[in-house]
Amino acid sequence: MSLDSILAINGLQVVIKNFPFLLEGAGLTLKITVLSVFFGMVLGLVAGLLKLSKSRILSFIATIYIDFFRGTPLFVQILLLYFGILPLIINTDKPFVAAVIACSLNCGAYTAEIVRAGIQAVDKGQMEAARSLGMNTGQAMAHVILPQAYKIVIPPLLNEFIAVLKDTSLVAVISAEELTMRGKLLYSTYFEAAWIWGTVAIMYFIMTKLLAILGDYIERRMATE
Amino acid sequence: MIKVIGLHKNFGKLEVLKGVDCHVASREVVCVIGPSGSGKSTLLRCVNQLEQATGGQIFVDGEEITSPKTDINKIRQQVGMVFQLFNLFPHKTTLENITLAPIKIKGVSRSEAEQVANELLRKVGLTDKSDVYPGQLSGGQKQRVAIARALAMQPKVMLFDEPTSSLDPEMVGEVLEVMKDLAHEGMTMMVVTHEMGFAREVGHRVLFMDEGIIMEEGTPAQIFDNPHNARTQSFLSKVI
Repeated sequence: MSLDSILAINGLQVVIKNFPFLLEGAGLTLKITVLSVFFGMVLGLVAGLLKLSKSRILSFIATIYIDFFRGTPLFVQILLLYFGILPLIINTDKPFVAAVIACSLNCGAYTAEIVRAGIQAVDKGQMEAARSLGMNTGQAMAHVILPQAYKIVIPPLLNEFIAVLKDTSLVAVISAEELTMRGKLLYSTYFEAAWIWGTVAIMYFIMTKLLAILGDYIERRMATE
Repeated sequence: MIKVIGLHKNFGKLEVLKGVDCHVASREVVCVIGPSGSGKSTLLRCVNQLEQATGGQIFVDGEEITSPKTDINKIRQQVGMVFQLFNLFPHKTTLENITLAPIKIKGVSRSEAEQVANELLRKVGLTDKSDVYPGQLSGGQKQRVAIARALAMQPKVMLFDEPTSSLDPEMVGEVLEVMKDLAHEGMTMMVVTHEMGFAREVGHRVLFMDEGIIMEEGTPAQIFDNPHNARTQSFLSKVI
């Protein structure tokens, strides 16, 4: 057996032996993603509505939030939050908490823009018709505008969720033990770069692909409705 | 029922209404005619505050709606509006389009609202379309549903903003027929229209608007058979 093939088999063994270790990391990746997407959606809906609000102050606050988190790197946001801001507020050094907060805030800013664009894509006559019947802005939003906007918003939202899943890899910088961090730990022990990072990449790919398939399914179901 | 005093409306630097005075009595049908860009639609949209007046006063049923203290949502419940482009809610069935506002705003029970809606659908001749979505209706049917939707709030006044202007010619009649019935029942109506036949036959009074003011007003016979204003004469000679 040649030296190369022994090395290759060695790499394979490392990956197989440590697969549960990586799988656990992928589990945390999913956990951070699901929580961030959930909080991000809530934040995004609120910020998107506030940005469209007639109140200049509320709209201004929403704009600052959205612009800041879209205009700075998530990587920097994670560092700033974990090392700079969180220690001032709460007494925890759990990277998981910081990871979820940073990813939620970032996801919320992008979601807000998606929500805003979706609402503005609904025909202006719909708001006028709702108002002319005597609905206030909130009722018109809830019963007429948002039910129509959500169909417009679903495809870009799913893209955003896939982006969040991939972006959670950045929280490895604060040692949250998600998939990328686990890959780093394995690499520093075994130095099997191609095998380890290849496996990590494939695991990310499978997760995003599953999300994309789910997205296609939802889109198709909505189209037939 | 409606009283407009010295109404001004600017869009930026563009002055669309330059001091309009008019009124609509209870049970009266007033038709507003005039060339496009004359401010007819803007006048109508000011009456339920879809456009905010720049100056002047508007009273609906004795309440000054141009005052900031007025609850405009309450007023709008009493002022039905029918749009040129229907503006039906595409995600709701015909029946849901009609029952949405009574249920959500007035707190009417679903069964009661549906009963009223079915009566209205009979009135506009669309009983068989109650479970259909707007996308499957023709233009004329859509506009009849839109009228039923507005009527479901039991308004005191109905505003019509060129209700037949975006319809295919063969569908204009069915919508005008519904409006005619409504007029005969004694509904107070303000109708912006290009249907001179309707204005002449159904209107009690006709306002001719041009360049942001009411140039001439009178009974249909006065306006159509014996217009005094040169502008009115020239407009009518082009459209009739």
